Formats: sequence, C-alpha cells, structure tokens
Amino acid sequence: MTDRPSLGARAAKLQAIAALVVLVIGLSLATDSFWTPDNGVNVLRQISVNLCLSIGMTLVIVAGGIDLSVGSVLALSGAVAAGMLKNGVDIAAIGSHLEFTAAGAVAVGIVVGLLCGAFNGTAITRFGLPPFVATLGMLSIARGLTMLWTGGHPITGLGETFGALGSGRFLGLPTPAWVVAGLVLVFAVVTRRTPFGLHLYAVGGSERAAKLSGVDVGRVKFLAYTLCGGLAGMAGVLVAARLDSATPNAGIAYELDSIAAVVIGGASLSGGRGSVFGAVLGCLIIGVLNNGLVLMEVSPFWQQVIKGAVILAAVAIDRATRTGGASE
Amino acid sequence: MTDASPTPPPAVVSSAPLLEARGIVKTFPGVRALDGAGIQLRPGRLNALMGENGAGKSTLMNILAGVFAPDEGEVLLDGAAVQFRTPLESQQAGIAIIHQELNLADNLSVAENLFLGREPRGTLGLVDRGRMRREAGAILERVGLRIEPNQKVGELSVATQQVIEIGKALSQRSRVLILDEPTSALTAQETETLFRLIGQLKAEGVALAYITHRFDELDEIADDVTVFRDGSFVCERPFAGLSRPELIRHMIGRDAPVSPAATATQRRETVLSVRNLTLRRASKDSARRVDRCSFVVGRGEVVGLFGLMGAGRTELLEAIFGVHPQHTSGLIAIDGVEVAIRSPLDAYRAGLALTPEDRKGAGLILGGDVTENVTLACLDRFCRFGLIDEPARRRLTQSFADRLRLRTPSLRQPVRLLSGGNQQKVVLAKQLATQPKVLLLDEPTRGIDVGAKHEVYQLIRELADDGLAVLVVSSEAPEVLAMADRVLVMCEGRLTAEFARGAADEQQLLTAAFPDTSRRRIA
Repeated sequence: MTDRPSLGARAAKLQAIAALVVLVIGLSLATDSFWTPDNGVNVLRQISVNLCLSIGMTLVIVAGGIDLSVGSVLALSGAVAAGMLKNGVDIAAIGSHLEFTAAGAVAVGIVVGLLCGAFNGTAITRFGLPPFVATLGMLSIARGLTMLWTGGHPITGLGETFGALGSGRFLGLPTPAWVVAGLVLVFAVVTRRTPFGLHLYAVGGSERAAKLSGVDVGRVKFLAYTLCGGLAGMAGVLVAARLDSATPNAGIAYELDSIAAVVIGGASLSGGRGSVFGAVLGCLIIGVLNNGLVLMEVSPFWQQVIKGAVILAAVAIDRATRTGGASE
Repeated sequence: MTDASPTPPPAVVSSAPLLEARGIVKTFPGVRALDGAGIQLRPGRLNALMGENGAGKSTLMNILAGVFAPDEGEVLLDGAAVQFRTPLESQQAGIAIIHQELNLADNLSVAENLFLGREPRGTLGLVDRGRMRREAGAILERVGLRIEPNQKVGELSVATQQVIEIGKALSQRSRVLILDEPTSALTAQETETLFRLIGQLKAEGVALAYITHRFDELDEIADDVTVFRDGSFVCERPFAGLSRPELIRHMIGRDAPVSPAATATQRRETVLSVRNLTLRRASKDSARRVDRCSFVVGRGEVVGLFGLMGAGRTELLEAIFGVHPQHTSGLIAIDGVEVAIRSPLDAYRAGLALTPEDRKGAGLILGGDVTENVTLACLDRFCRFGLIDEPARRRLTQSFADRLRLRTPSLRQPVRLLSGGNQQKVVLAKQLATQPKVLLLDEPTRGIDVGAKHEVYQLIRELADDGLAVLVVSSEAPEVLAMADRVLVMCEGRLTAEFARGAADEQQLLTAAFPDTSRRRIA
C-alpha cells in the first residue's frame, strides 16, 4: 500500500496511463487486428526485452546516472551464454571439458552482464568517470568482445529447453513476459521497500544530502550499475532464446528505447524521480505504438520519426506540468 | 576601442554623489532583507560598508548591480532616477560588481575572459584575436598585471583573477566599482597590491563601494563609512576620526544588552572532546581552514560557536563529521573514547549528528516527502528480512513530527513545499532519528522567520535538557548569547575566545570575531 510520494511523479504516471489508454482505444478503432488476443500476446512478447533493460535503466537513472552500454552488454551476454551452451568450455588447467545445461547458460549470461555492470560501476565510483563516458566505453568494449567471441557469426541451434525460455508459453502468455513480470515485481519491492531502493532516490535527489545522511553513495551507485548490467544479461539470454540464435549484432540501439521508456514513464534524467511501474508504462506505450504503426502499415521511416516525436512530447508535457505545480 | 582610456576628471572630491540609493525596501519570502536602506557613492572616494552578517549589505549591492529589483525606493545615477532590470543594464550604465565568487571561466585565456561576450570582430565577423590580445595587454598594464594575455585563467592565483575582474570592469568604462569582501582570500602582500590599485582608481575618479569585515583595512583605503544594521541604514560619515568602538556600537545598534543572568556553571560530564582539529585546504596552498581547534561539549550543554561568514565554522563541523577525511587531522573523542571518523557514516555510528547550513542543498532531499527525509539516515533500523517496515517507519516519523511540532498537511508532503522553519524541523528530526549523543547544528535559524526561530531555540534547549550535547553555529550574536551555555568565538580558522554564559556581551563577541592582526590566539 505504499504509493510512491511526490505529486509530480504521480501526475506524470497519470499522464502516461492516459496516453496509453488513448493509444489503445485509437488503435482498436483504427485497425481490426489490434484488439485481438493474438496481437496482445505479440505485444507482450515484443516489449519483454525492452522492459527487462528498462528495469535496470530505471535504477541507474533514479540514482542520477545513465547506462548507454545495455544494448552491447545484451549482445555479449547472449553470445557467451549461447556459446557455453553449445560448445561448453575447456578448462586447460585441469584438462577437463565443462558442459552447460540450459539453466547454467542462463546463469552464465546473467553473470556476464553483472560483470560488465560492475565494471561500469567501478569506473564511475572508483575512478570518477562521468556515467555517460564510462558506459559509452563499455558500449564499444562489449560489442567488440561479442565480435571476438562469435567471430562475427551467429551461434545457432541452442536446443529446445533453452528455446522454450524465449518462445514458449505458460498459461497462454509468453514465457519471457512471465520472467520479466517476475523481475518487475522483485524490483518494484527493491526500489520501494529496501534501504538500497530508498537510497537510490536520495542519491539522485541530492548526492550531498545523501552523503551527509550517512548513505554510502559509491556503494549505492555501484550496485545500481551492476544490477543494470545483470538485467541486460538476462535480456540477452531472452533474445538468444527467442531467436534460437545469438547474433553479434543483437541489441544495437536498444539503450535508446530503454532510456525513452524510462523517461516516458515519468523519470527525470537529473535523478531522484522515476519508478519501475513507470518504466512498465513507458515500455507499453512504445511497444503499442510500434505495433500499431506496423498494423497501420506506416512506413518504417515514418515510424522512427513518430516515435521520436512522441518521446519529445512526453517529456515536454511532463516538464510543463511539473514546473507548473512544483515551483517554490 | 573598448579600452577605458577616457576617464572622468581625476580626484575632484565633489559632494554630488555619482550613484545614490534611497529608502530601499526589499523583501524575500519570510525575510525583510532591506528596510529603508540607502547609500551614496562619490567619484574618487571609497565608501566602506560595515555591518554584521545579514545586515543587508550584499543585498543592497546586488540591487545596485541589477541582480535584484527593489520593492520600494529609488536609485539615482548622476542625480537622475534609473531602474536596472538586469545586471547587463547596470553594467552598461557603468556599474560593476566584483563578487566574492569570481565570475571568470577557468578554461578560457585572460584575453578571452576580458572580452567575453564582446569579442572584437574582424573581417567576416570572425574574432580578431590579434586585436583582442593587444587590447587585453593594455588593460592588464593599466591594472598593473604582468602576465601573458594568452594564459589560462585557471592557472592564475585568486588574487590575480580578482585583479583581472577589476580590469574587465574598467575596460567596460565602469565609473562605479563594488567590491564584496575582496581580500578574504588574499595574502597580506596581495592585499597591498590590491590597495595600490584601489588608490589609483580613486585618483582616476572611480567611485568605490567596499564591503569588508576587517577594521584594519579601513585605515588604508576608506574615505567614508556606511553602517548597516538589520536591513536599514544606520549612518554614513567620513572615516577620519571614527573610532573602532564607536563603529562597533553603531553596528550593534544599542549599548550592549544585559545578558541573561549567569546560571551557575555546573560541572558537566564531557561528551564530545576535540583536540587540535585541523582542516587543510584541498588545493596546494595548504592554508588551514580550521587551525588547531580544541574544545569540549558536555552532556546537556548548549555550546554556541560564533563567527563571521568564512571564519571556518562550517568547515569545523564538517571536519568533525568526517566530510573531508583526507584533509583533516586531530583527535575526536566521544564519552572519553577516541573515535576515528572517516565518513559521515562513521560519524553517525559514533553518535554524532549534523544539520548542515545549506538546508536545501545538503540537508534535505527536496523532492522527497517528510517520511523519506526524516528516516533517511536510519533506514537500517526499520529493516526486517531486508525489507522496510513501512508502518514502523511512519510511526517514528509521526512521533518526531509531534515532538518537534511540525506543521505539515501530511507526512507525504514533499518537503520543498514546507516553510523554512518546518523544513528545519525535518532536518532536525532526521538527525534526532539517528539517536545521537552529540548534535552539531550549523546556522539552524538561517532564513526562517522570527516566530519559527524562537521555536527552534526552545527545541534546542529541550533537547539539551534531555541529555544531548549540542554545538550550535551561528553568525547572529544576540542569538548565540540567548541560546548558549557557553560561547566559542572563531576567526580565520582559529578559536579566538571562550565565554561562559553571561560573561560576554555582543561587543566582546564581535571584537573577538573580527580579524585583527595584533591579536594572539588563545590556547
């Protein structure tokens, strides 16, 4: 029963809900194929990956940072997980060969993501690099490592068990949607009900005040980037499972959709504001919009233009209502 | 030429003021900063503005410089009424202000800074760098600086940067120059250079206003003195023949009040003990911002720490609190046990709590609600199995809201919407929620209205009666005298005096707080 405070954040959420409702009603009227169970399932499947990234992005943005590397980390994690699953690994030191189960491969993907995130977090908190720069570096590093690992070729044929994680269904809904829904719940609790979660908001709201209140600012940021990386790793696993293939070009520019979703969901890029459920709304809006534009047979070129305009409008409206209500 | 070659006729001491302000009233939310203040600046003369912190000197100067618009009153330039709506308008009218924080871009060169926003253009509208450099050289020569115009400003000393600002002002044909505590960051030698330049400007007929806290400077440069108190003008008179006690009396405004009857000084159990605490500046000059301070605070005692702005009071509290661990040395003991405080977290664990001076920037998460702010420093206490016990958290917040008589529509109210006094109570509640033994308060009544101030005094007293050891920083002498069981006075990083309750009056506090080259430091 804890509604997150601050009038501004609540107003922003209401706007996002209103926008989503308008979008859904409009598309239902405009096309025959939008308001159908099949299409609903389709949208859920499509947004799962972006939502998985956006949960982590929310943590980072609320703490006042940014993570540009999630798309590349997604590709690297998926590729490493797929490679391990398919070929196993030779450990030269003890002269043995290790095979991975599907679950083991998932774990590997997540661990690779966590490591990339921890690297980001270290660069930012320990070496004082600006988040933009640190994660821009990782964007390139992780993409390069992916190319090295795969030799530039997709790793395909990952087996049924693993594939079920991406394209299976449970109780009529896509498996990845269940996985991500679980993550949403977990991270909603983490952000609202754990000291770490509340510290994220404090650090993003005023780093100095947080520090003077005894918050270990460096640790909070480090954890945020690490978790963001881990979630990108999970997303990489989902993508590879769904396509039954890990491609070196997976996830290019995904960081932009993820940042857009978080911002549309009411987060402030200057930190201290935003929520996991806001990110859910943002992802739904972007997903429904993408889906609707395809159904309406809008040219892909125009789709990009429209999506950009929606992002600008969402943030402009949020800003206008917020400064109107919150001036001191 | 933008160079200021045409200057008014030199050193004619005319009685007609060049710039004059009359009956200025300026109100900020909750505070009447100026109430009928005025000043006259005459060509070729330096008018020194004196007054306690918060007397309104800086506000008045900002009005002259077009930073604020006055609510009432008028500003006259050459006898004609003028209104400056922006700093630019004031600048164009020939008025320049040099703030304590300098307005130079560190990453640009001296020449680029001097001509920022009015770069000389050559063919095709491109910046004419050659001309810029030549003219910059002429300006530097005029203010007596022998530096390369191409040098980056960030590489120069503060004193040099200040002179560059003055040069920039002069090159804009400024006839009135306002200096806000220009010597606070300068060495004795740099100060002398500045004073020579001031003398030269007077000879050129520039009218100067000079805010300072240092009496000993007046002898060298002041022609007139204007005294402010509580936002109104007290008197303006030629400096010659004005004695220092007379000046202080004007600044305080009345004969020193009789202090409240001295309560018998009980022997108190020492809670906080500080030995030789020193805080060095981060930069290479290794000056001490806090210099070998030693004192104790006892259980149930309220100790006031009085000093002017920049005396190092905030730094002293921050040094105790572990904010600058790598530059701090000295010993801190709580209840007789030495503690190592390397971070604010260590400080909380040792039983210390600090309410910062910068309430909005450092004390509060402004967008957060009351509950969030009050419990931020003690979240771990509400944790059960890693999750926060929300009802317990709200109960604690409510109990502090009741105890501190917090007026808020609900505990979910964002704190930025609360009044200054209530914000201060939230900051106080946050600190008390950590169950400290020692409470450090930095200017707890700054910017809050009179009624709320008295409530804060009362709260502080109640907290001390409950057994807390309290150290309160304040720059208002009457406040310190009314509130504290004992007063420490700080000046330029050192403790310069200590008075028991009732043993000192405002005049003694101020005398100890003003820098004076001849004074010795107490042990």
